[in-house]
Amino acid sequence: MSSGPSRQLLSELASRPGRNSLADKLIRWMFISLSVVFLSALLISPLMMVLTSAFAKGMAVYARSFLDEDTFAAIKLTLTIALIVVPLNTVFGIAAAWAIAKFEFRGKSILITAIDLPIAVSPIISGLIYILLFGSQGWFGLWLQEHDISIIFALPGMLLATMFVTFPYVARELIPLMQQLGNDEEEAAITMGAGGLMTFIRVTLPKIRWGLVYGMILTNARAMGEFGAVSVVSGHIRGLTNTMPLHIEILYNEYDYVGAFAVASLLMALAIITLLIKTVIEWRGLRG
Amino acid sequence: MADTRQHTVLPGFGLTVGYTTFFLSAVVLIPLAAMVIKASSMSIGQFMAVLLDPRVIASYKLTFGTSLLAALINSVFGFIIAWSLVRYDFPGRKFLDALIDMPFALPTAVSGIALTAVFAQDGWLGQQLARMGIQVVYTWLGITVALTLIGMPFVVRSVQPALAEVQRDLEDAAETLGATRFTVFWRIIFPTVLPALLTGFTMAFARGIGEYGSVIFIAGNLPMKTEITPLLIVIKLEQYDYVGAAALGCIMLGMSFFMLLSINLLQAWGRRRLFVGKR
Repeated sequence: MSSGPSRQLLSELASRPGRNSLADKLIRWMFISLSVVFLSALLISPLMMVLTSAFAKGMAVYARSFLDEDTFAAIKLTLTIALIVVPLNTVFGIAAAWAIAKFEFRGKSILITAIDLPIAVSPIISGLIYILLFGSQGWFGLWLQEHDISIIFALPGMLLATMFVTFPYVARELIPLMQQLGNDEEEAAITMGAGGLMTFIRVTLPKIRWGLVYGMILTNARAMGEFGAVSVVSGHIRGLTNTMPLHIEILYNEYDYVGAFAVASLLMALAIITLLIKTVIEWRGLRG
Repeated sequence: MADTRQHTVLPGFGLTVGYTTFFLSAVVLIPLAAMVIKASSMSIGQFMAVLLDPRVIASYKLTFGTSLLAALINSVFGFIIAWSLVRYDFPGRKFLDALIDMPFALPTAVSGIALTAVFAQDGWLGQQLARMGIQVVYTWLGITVALTLIGMPFVVRSVQPALAEVQRDLEDAAETLGATRFTVFWRIIFPTVLPALLTGFTMAFARGIGEYGSVIFIAGNLPMKTEITPLLIVIKLEQYDYVGAAALGCIMLGMSFFMLLSINLLQAWGRRRLFVGKR
């Protein structure tokens, strides 16, 4: 993703002859104002709304909403899911990026498309497919019931749905990065006798680490914030299978707006931290 | 997958391709196939009865209509925003640039309840609009607003690099030769950016069709009026109509495949254009 023009380019543009006419200034003013108005209405005002609603009844009520047992359980479940899903998808992303960036093989473009598939699919489908497999009327439903294993309306189903939704993010971040970096240094290391794992850790990893970090924090943000897919497989059992986004829905439907927006403010903070890390990585040119 | 790789000394081909294919099959491909198989247990007549139910048809119209409208709005404003970020320097430009990705990182449930509060009859913007007789929440307008927010970064992030690629020398040359500003835009800038704009449009459109979390709060979910297709899948699941849910899921999956194919073709077209342009 580009991060806009350099200072040098901008000053060069501004100094070009004939670029300071009235019409240019007018267009410039119009474009910038339209951008600011559009983004304020659509993006900034909802963010402000989360904060003002969360603190509508003061600091004390805001703080008290986290003392609720169900809210606490929801936060714990969300962290648990992220803690399991992020490492799994990171390992997958690294393996997929190594296979796709380092080698040429038949079926590669199909593989890339298949990895992208979860992004294009509705989150509801991501939940639905696991219900069809593991639900009470699903393929393995009877077998699972006989062996007293619950996947749907329990943690395993929520893990699967979250994994599906966040599946491509690390791979998508790493593939173009590793393709662009080429194979020369790795080939040199191998030729000189380093092992495969050693080569990855000592040669490849230092080059891709910031891309990897960004892929992981994006996966994390998505895993913690997923709503649709998890909602389908969760069963909404309070204190048991409610993640933070699902708990927001419950509180909101019970007209506990302060509670709902208080939980929302935590997730918003997570999103802001995610973007901050991303921005720092980009501004410092650390990625690639 | 046949081993047709070029000669390289790098290890790990079998391991990484094997692991990737296995994990991908287990988590993504087999479950998706299971849904298709489940739906194919219906007869054609049953299948069509689910897909052509009036309530379902109404949901297609709503889902496609609002996604299309949101993607169009985003194409216009996304272009304006990308242009402002690439071509102009103004206070707060970097802040806005960083903010563009917010809808990617912000959980959809959060943007859902926040937008509903902003556009409610007594909300900051809803109040102003209500005075003009426009109701946003619990109408198709509200759904469009939510989908516009969700799709915005796709268009901006797609157009931004393409705009940076436009050859300024060509613009200058054209201006020197007496081309008007409109001609420069129409003949030089627009053709360069078009593939990226279409890619962003399609991505935003595709995302809008599948979106659930940010929509259901602002939509109000009135049958025949503000029910989106993904919500109907949820309703069918709640009624234990697994087969019906699978049938609707298959239609949506087919749409996603079609969209993914279109995006890939558009991107290939864009790359080809860029290559020809640079030669």
